[in-house]
Amino acid sequence: MPGIRPEVAGQAPAISLSGIDKRFGEVRANKDVNLTVARGSVHGIVGENGAGKSTLMSILYGFYEADRGEIRINGNLVRIRSPKEAIANGIGMVHQHFMLVEPLSVIDNVMLGAEGGAMLAKGEAKMRAALAKLSADYGLAIDPDAIVGELPVGLQQRVEILKALVRGAEILILDEPTAVLTPDEAEQLFALLHALASQGKTIVLITHKLHEIMAVTDHVSVMRRGEMVATLETAATSPAELADRMVGRHVLLDVSKGTAHPGAVRLTVENLVIRDAHGSLKVKNINFSLRAGEILGLAGVAGNGQSELLEALAGIIQPTLGRILLDGDDLALTAPTPADRRTHGVLHIPEDRQRMGLVSAFSAAESMILGFQSEVGFGSGPMLSTEAVRAHTETQMEAYDIRPRDPSLKTSKFSGGNQQKIVLAREIEHHPKVLLVGQPTRGVDVGAIEFIHKRLIALRDAGVAILLVSVELDEIMSLSDRIIVMCGGVITGERTPETTNDRDLGLLMAGVTERAA
Amino acid sequence: MSAPIELPKWADVSLVPVLAVIVAFLVAGLVVLGIGESPVRASILLVQGALGSGEGIGYTLYYATNFIFTGLAVAVAFHAGLFNIGGEGQATMGGLGAALICLKLDFLPWWIVLPLAIMGAMAFGAVWAFIPGWLQVKRGSHVVITTIMFNFLAATLVVYLLVNVIGKPGSMSPETRVFEASAHLPYLHEALAAFGITIPQSPLNLSFVIALVASFLVWLLIWHTKLGYAIRTVGHSPSAATYAGISIGKITMITMAISGALAGLLAVNEILGVQGRLLLEFSSGYGFIGIAVALMGRAHPLGIILAAILFGMLYQGGTELSFEMPRVTRDMIVAISGLVILFAGALDGLIRRPMAGAFARLLKSEG
Amino acid sequence: MEIYATLIAITESGLRLSVPLIFACLAGLWSERSGVVDIGLEGKMLAAAFAAAAAASATNSAVIGLAAGIIASVGFALIHGFAAISQRGNQIVSGVAINMLAAGLTALVGNAWYAQGGRTPPLEGDARFQPLTWPGTESIDQIPVIGPLYAHILSGHSALAYCALIATILSGFVLARTRFGLRLRAVGENPAAVDTAGVSVTKLRYAAVIIAGVLCGFGGAYLSLGQAAGFLTNMTAGKGFIALAALIFAKWRAWPAFWTCLLFGLLDAVAIRLQGVVVPGIGQIPVQAIQALPYLMTVVLLAGFIGKAIPPKASGLPYVKER
Repeated sequence: MPGIRPEVAGQAPAISLSGIDKRFGEVRANKDVNLTVARGSVHGIVGENGAGKSTLMSILYGFYEADRGEIRINGNLVRIRSPKEAIANGIGMVHQHFMLVEPLSVIDNVMLGAEGGAMLAKGEAKMRAALAKLSADYGLAIDPDAIVGELPVGLQQRVEILKALVRGAEILILDEPTAVLTPDEAEQLFALLHALASQGKTIVLITHKLHEIMAVTDHVSVMRRGEMVATLETAATSPAELADRMVGRHVLLDVSKGTAHPGAVRLTVENLVIRDAHGSLKVKNINFSLRAGEILGLAGVAGNGQSELLEALAGIIQPTLGRILLDGDDLALTAPTPADRRTHGVLHIPEDRQRMGLVSAFSAAESMILGFQSEVGFGSGPMLSTEAVRAHTETQMEAYDIRPRDPSLKTSKFSGGNQQKIVLAREIEHHPKVLLVGQPTRGVDVGAIEFIHKRLIALRDAGVAILLVSVELDEIMSLSDRIIVMCGGVITGERTPETTNDRDLGLLMAGVTERAA
Repeated sequence: MSAPIELPKWADVSLVPVLAVIVAFLVAGLVVLGIGESPVRASILLVQGALGSGEGIGYTLYYATNFIFTGLAVAVAFHAGLFNIGGEGQATMGGLGAALICLKLDFLPWWIVLPLAIMGAMAFGAVWAFIPGWLQVKRGSHVVITTIMFNFLAATLVVYLLVNVIGKPGSMSPETRVFEASAHLPYLHEALAAFGITIPQSPLNLSFVIALVASFLVWLLIWHTKLGYAIRTVGHSPSAATYAGISIGKITMITMAISGALAGLLAVNEILGVQGRLLLEFSSGYGFIGIAVALMGRAHPLGIILAAILFGMLYQGGTELSFEMPRVTRDMIVAISGLVILFAGALDGLIRRPMAGAFARLLKSEG
Repeated sequence: MEIYATLIAITESGLRLSVPLIFACLAGLWSERSGVVDIGLEGKMLAAAFAAAAAASATNSAVIGLAAGIIASVGFALIHGFAAISQRGNQIVSGVAINMLAAGLTALVGNAWYAQGGRTPPLEGDARFQPLTWPGTESIDQIPVIGPLYAHILSGHSALAYCALIATILSGFVLARTRFGLRLRAVGENPAAVDTAGVSVTKLRYAAVIIAGVLCGFGGAYLSLGQAAGFLTNMTAGKGFIALAALIFAKWRAWPAFWTCLLFGLLDAVAIRLQGVVVPGIGQIPVQAIQALPYLMTVVLLAGFIGKAIPPKASGLPYVKER
């Protein structure tokens, strides 16, 4: 357990951010943020997706400049306009998505941008010596001639850290570093961070996982909706308190839900394991079932396996292990492709409506038939009847109050809420047995949110089995009949809305299960 | 292609290609000036040569026929997000297909030979484009490189066959014997003469009608069939296509085949319509100009027909121009095509960005 | 002995034919390793060949011709670079446009200036890069077996041909051992990594494109000043595309590119030599089969039947800073 490192009296903080403000168009990503990080400490920054932590660190590393506010490094006022200037100020960053050139060797990657001369030979000798020294000092052993693309992810991250240290970083920022690590690799990383801090380096750790905060940091700052909400001593706080502050008190949207009357089990997920295209484990053996006439809410911070789960259920990707059963039949056998799943009544409102659920360049009418374009109702044989499609769209637009009522208008011209209603109209009208819903109200205005929520409840009452994946806790709480929470690819807990609250769910989302809490 | 720049649809479809041509002409005009001729006089001669006589118009439309076919070929592939640079090779193979049918079967009456020859041209062209498509889907080889290679392979294959297998013995250059009359697609002036209408003689033949029909069918395919919907979905958004249950691999291969078949139809114009025999290099240049036509025509059959006629005018007018101004040869047309491709294609941002800015300011002042 | 002399003759011819391929291939290598796809090698070489011949004809100096060729080629390369890098346009379309523009302009201007059907007047003497004979060639040639190797294979090529070898050595060295080379290799695979390291992606790519222009300049100048004695319309005759094939076949590396181009040059020489010749046991080999070999080999490679050809990861993708 980390204690508070004794601070040399009068030593200026390593980082001092005051009044940082940053807007992206309409969105105010950072609202008057203050942050003080003591030298030689490990400082965590927690918050949900969209809380503004990444933006704040991007400003510190020079990817953007803040609209307002000051940055002081070791007490000196500085202006950081590019990563180069950040590096010059002794700031190094390890990104969530590594900035590595995979076909090149470790030493090549470390040297890139800091080669030490026009010819590589001299700089390389120096670099090898520096790497050897770092290896001895911190236990950061690595083979300089290994090809980065062939290294396990944990070692790739080590290369990123070495890159920063070799450039003289005194301040090291790590953005969600354990997202791609195995538990063992994470342990090794924490040991390394301790070692670095004890040598006087300042570490800033961005994460949403509370157990990491408790295990590694001296201080922790909490951000929520662009604001810095609190800065606490880790030893003096608890995961529960942090979860509280992370998630805050939301106003529950008042949707008169009525009680659910769940029927037979429709969908069963058995021992599901999913690897992504790079081979990383995204879903690590989960089990749950979904009944007709109920809404099962799947809560969790984005990136913890929910997207992969949705895509596997929809037939877009294939799971590595395990089974998905629809009314007892193994879908991998009876309906392997998305088209098959549609005919079997498993419909899908995707998380990313612009990339997947709609075609932005198509007219609303053309988007309205996406996935169902081969239906007889839209034309006989190979022909597509634009008239039939248009008429169908007009009907849908009436029924779902989609504005403007113009089927020929390009999909990209509709507001987020209306776009989502197009997707909703399309999927609902094809009488799903099971409806997979991902982030239904992301980027959607309040009026449309209410509409969509009401529709989902109505579907539930009509006997549809609905899986609702959402990062919005209030949405989960107000719509779900049952709730399961995912973190790190596993289900960390199951609840009902009556037996839980935001803090409880927040803890589960942050990986703190019953045992660990 | 590069990030989309928002323009009103009508501007995108009409203003941008027109401006691209204007810029291309301005640059070409500078070159003409540079070699000591008057661009104005050259332009007048060009237009006169292309449209100033019935014969000129005939030639213009005859050239346009070729450009319509190759333009359609490139356009269909574009809609699926594919770049088919192999039009020349596919047209060459189309010629081979048509020639093989004619050489074997031209003793039969025209209403058997001609349809078979046309189908042969389409089939051979389709296969020649299908293979690169298959290679991309199943083996990951990029269609752009393979179609370039296949252009050369088609050329060497046909040379070999003409020299050694199907060529006419004793002829000076590699070519087949002349087909029987039944394997000739009638000239338009011949066909209309049968109805008592006289138009000046030119190589313009019935394949022009086939080109127009093909344009209509492509329009129908892309915007009014389920296959066309699938093609456009794959071209706009592969992830949406996967979501919608559309097989990207299947669509890629089918689209390439259709594209190749359209390019193969060029052989119908040249081989069945005009030359009456298979010879070398009959497709030379048309495939690449097809890219210019497709870009200018914004991959829409109507735009393609108009752009094809424009390039037909350039070809015919260019030929006439080179008689009057020997220093401005046919190669000028090739250069202009290159400029059009540059400004309507890779550098279209130079035209579209200021235009989008202008539109934005216009809307702001109105709103 | 007859056979040996024939082999020597074919090899010598093959070496000569491979020189423009080597230059164009290296040009493509530099461009594509930085992430800019370049199918306009043909057009740049053609423009260079014309400019070189025109300048050499006017000044009776091969060196000035070479300089003119380089300038012309770099000019076209910058157009491609501007379209691809600054305008983030489609790189294939740009390459096709360059090819057509060069083909049209060279023939047009050539005809306008010289009125000889697009050719430049024949060049002689100092206006060409004459073959360089190494000392003692005549006497060494008499030595059996080794003599002709010295006399015909090593000696007797024009200065530009030796430059091709130097260019290969330099390219390999710079890419592998210098800071610039490291950064260039990185920018073709992961431009974001280079950007976050504080190095300009744009500058690197422009540098690569200009180097490609220079190399094509050498290649084109060799065609009209070294191999032939002047410019003929379309004298590149597809060599730019064979070079592209060789680049893919060599998997984007300098020395494999060199050897592949030598191979393709040899094939070309063999094709010319074997025309009409009856090979015992096989009969007459169609010259077209040999001509088709480079393209066929490339397709087979691309189809993954002889290993995988993986281009630089960022190849063809315009770099947009994503935050």
